Amino acid sequence: MSVTLYIPGDAAARALGADKVAAAIAATAQQQGIKINIVRNGSRGLFWLEPLVEVATAQGRIAYGPVTVADVPKLFSADFLHGGKHALCLGDIATHPYLAKQQRVSLRRVGIVDPRSLAEYLAHGGGKGLAAARKLKSAAIVQQVTDSGLRGRGGAAFPTGIKWKTVLDTASDQKYIVCNADEGDSGTFSDRMLMEGDPYCLIEGMAIAGLAVGATRGYIYVRSEYPHAITALESALANAGDWLGDFRIEVRKGAGSYVCGEETAMLESIEGKRGIVRSKPPLPAVSGLFGQPTVINNVITFASVPDILAQGAAFYSELGVGRSRGTLPFQLAGNIKFGGLVEVPFGSTLRELLYDYGGGSRSGRPLRAVQVGGPLGAYLPESQFDTVLDYEAFSAIGAALGHGGIVAFDDTVDMAKQARYAMQFCANESCGKCTPCRIGSTRGVEVIDRIRAGHKEQIPLLRSLCDTMTHGSMCAMGGMTPYPVLSALEHFGEDFE
Amino acid sequence: MITTLQPIFARHQGQAGSLLPILHDIQHELGYVPEEAVPLVAQELNLSRAEVHGVITYYSHFRRTPPGKHVVQVCCAEACQANGSEALAAHAAKRAQKGDVTIEPVYCLGLCSIGPNIQIDESELHAQVTQKKFDALMDELGDAK
Ligand SMILES: Cc1cc2nc3c(=O)[nH]c(=O)nc-3n(C[C@H](O)[C@H](O)[C@H](O)COP(=O)(O)O)c2cc1C
Ligand code: SF4
Ligand code: FES
Repeated sequence: MSVTLYIPGDAAARALGADKVAAAIAATAQQQGIKINIVRNGSRGLFWLEPLVEVATAQGRIAYGPVTVADVPKLFSADFLHGGKHALCLGDIATHPYLAKQQRVSLRRVGIVDPRSLAEYLAHGGGKGLAAARKLKSAAIVQQVTDSGLRGRGGAAFPTGIKWKTVLDTASDQKYIVCNADEGDSGTFSDRMLMEGDPYCLIEGMAIAGLAVGATRGYIYVRSEYPHAITALESALANAGDWLGDFRIEVRKGAGSYVCGEETAMLESIEGKRGIVRSKPPLPAVSGLFGQPTVINNVITFASVPDILAQGAAFYSELGVGRSRGTLPFQLAGNIKFGGLVEVPFGSTLRELLYDYGGGSRSGRPLRAVQVGGPLGAYLPESQFDTVLDYEAFSAIGAALGHGGIVAFDDTVDMAKQARYAMQFCANESCGKCTPCRIGSTRGVEVIDRIRAGHKEQIPLLRSLCDTMTHGSMCAMGGMTPYPVLSALEHFGEDFE
Repeated sequence: MITTLQPIFARHQGQAGSLLPILHDIQHELGYVPEEAVPLVAQELNLSRAEVHGVITYYSHFRRTPPGKHVVQVCCAEACQANGSEALAAHAAKRAQKGDVTIEPVYCLGLCSIGPNIQIDESELHAQVTQKKFDALMDELGDAK
């Protein structure tokens, strides 16, 4: 019997040398005449332990990490292929506290299955949602999603069932399902991990959406910065056989534009145009891609759907707090010791994530500021670390959870510089359609430069500029850039002096 | 040029909204989207040259001039900033002056817990890149002119 090993093919693991480790293990096994079977799984999302090598044993999947090429000979002499003792041995990885404390739902198979194998996906509980949906009427599928309380995970947190109902109720010969896999926010990678580690889950969610609204065509718009995710999706689709019936999905590659993550700019981009934001109405649900009714959802939104159909809406809606139901895969990033993916129900606090999971800063210095929700998210000081992680609690303090990215900075950060960066980013990425965003952001950079040069009297001007952007912009690009800027000014005013 | 473009056009025959996929294929083939390609693409898709030009210039991913022997993307987004990407980007720019390498900023590679990160030739990723590690990677690439 050959031994099965799991060595992640996830982009983060590869960036830390997983390919070389896999090659070294394969070569050593061959030299020693040992038969092994290496599966390139997704990552469990414990990045400080990558490359994480797991060996399938009767005692569970025994993990070793972080493994370097230099460790390989010693791992063999320690008989790691049978779970032998070694300094890097972590025991059964499923019992690792970082994982055991989490409640993985949307990403429960990531890091466990072979992402290229439909058979393995089905063996691990995949496919049941689609099978259940095939027995239901469209309206009943939509009802399940509505009852689950699922809200969009792309940032705006709009109820998914309501969006689907609009598309269902809009008559048309051709409707579309579009997956937003642009994941432009710094500090986020859950979409990437799911696409690389469990692509069939996303594909299944989209196929269910197709049945729910009567659409047979789907697109996945993936940012060009994610070549490995694109490959993973394409090979999963190529191996899907007739599982999807007449539902067809095409993968589209973005081209380095952040604003193309905004849903209507994305539609323009898929149509082959510049990614300029469309004015609403009409909603994309009524007139979207090529003018047809279109469901647009984030990767994690779609990936949450199969289990809702398979296990019933209540299974999902029982998790979470208030109006934030289910789980959110948080992503611990930046200057953090134990960075990675933490999927938990809504309701824990930032402090728990930063310290209980994250272990504080990587540099060892005190954490000073945390940006939640990407480049358009607010910077929070230590005094706000006890804020409950749910959509409403965050909006109550003038912040946003967005796509769940949490970027930590230590006390060497210059918050006036971060505020400037936010304005500069907006100036670079603005689609140019409205003046407050296009011109306002450029003026914003100039004003912050003057403030940083000592002109404190310009601070009211910066505030009023932010006010204009907030109220006069057509989309959240210009409308939310004031979040990082004003929160920096509010909580870290000393950096502007 | 047309001999390069013909098979690309053939691949995208009948695809709705094929402009971006075609431009990606051209850049994949040639490393950039040459000016001479613009009228040919426009003709193929029944668009004006201005429309094609507008799309190429709108998206920062598309290059209009040939890159160096290798393209190195340095992540400059917030999570990498928190781990010192600014100093790395400055170091990379300095080193590139001597070599045949194009350095491009990129805004997140999705590896935000293990920055600062770079990507070489749109395929090979490296995490926790110190200046020393960067130099070793460039030596390995043979970045000299
Ligand atoms: C500037 C900007 C960038 C955005 N980027 C993304 C993104 O990268 N991924 C995403 O899913 N949603 C993004 N959104 C939100 C989308 O417009 C849209 O709300 C979302 O795709 C809907 O899916 P959901 O309901 O499943 O969240 C962005 C919005 C704006 C204004
Ligand atoms: S706010 Fe900015 S990005 Fe959004 S529509 Fe206006 S100009 Fe475009
Ligand atoms: S911020 Fe650099 S990889 Fe995400």
